[in-house]
Amino acid sequence: MSLGRYAFAFLVIVGGVNSAPVHAKTIQVVIDKLVFSPTQVNAKVGDTIEWVNGDILAHTATVRGDWDVMIAAKKSATLVLKKAGSFEYYCRFHPNMKGQIVIEPE
Amino acid sequence: MRVRLSTAIAAAFLLSGGAFAQDAAKPTDPQIAHIAYTAGQIDITAAKQAIAKSKNKEVLAFAEDMVRDHEAVNKQALDLVKKLNVTPEDNNTSRSLAKQAADKQAELAKLNGAAYDKAYVANEVAFHKAVNGALGTLLIPSANNAELKSLLETGLKIFQGHEQHAEHVAAAMK
Repeated sequence: MSLGRYAFAFLVIVGGVNSAPVHAKTIQVVIDKLVFSPTQVNAKVGDTIEWVNGDILAHTATVRGDWDVMIAAKKSATLVLKKAGSFEYYCRFHPNMKGQIVIEPE
Repeated sequence: MRVRLSTAIAAAFLLSGGAFAQDAAKPTDPQIAHIAYTAGQIDITAAKQAIAKSKNKEVLAFAEDMVRDHEAVNKQALDLVKKLNVTPEDNNTSRSLAKQAADKQAELAKLNGAAYDKAYVANEVAFHKAVNGALGTLLIPSANNAELKSLLETGLKIFQGHEQHAEHVAAAMK
């Protein structure tokens, strides 16, 4: 009986932990031949952006004076979006590569 | 200064263009691999000279990008020729590219400060323009192996980015 109660408590806790990020999504941005695609993504605070780098080169997703995500060649990198706003980002190594993330409040 | 700079650009362009124009015959895959690899090494050497000489933040960042990207592309090229069991073959285009690059490097070595920065970046614009022209009109159309062709096409995209980046740095220095 006490075991059952313990299991119930456990389920509640796990359920509680799981229910929080239900609304948060992971949005993929693929990098192929020096292009971010899609170029523009719409997201909400709490969502994660995952850059999937198919190139043989290292890239970054950088907002001047704000975040700077390193994306190694043939690897992925993620960023959890913390604040609302419209952010134009670019690659520091290849300044022609540009993208935009429009982040709505949670 | 303006005249000297544009003369330098024209000279670099003509020289690089000349290297590619020298072999009228269609290059073979082993020759193409050698030319592409040589062009990459030339730009790495030039960038390392810039890293040692320049104090300009934009120029240094650009030079570091050149080393990082051209080393990555050349590593891919080496892996590919190994996989395809192709031995890159030295040829007149590679030789004349290397000769002109060595001359250019000696010329740049004599310059310092802003004069060096301007000349280095101007040459980067001209060199990438010449290499991209050769890739688009000669090397890519001549490549037989599909994987080599694809790597050259990826290279062209990358180097077009470099050309624009160099133009941007050059414009910011005026």
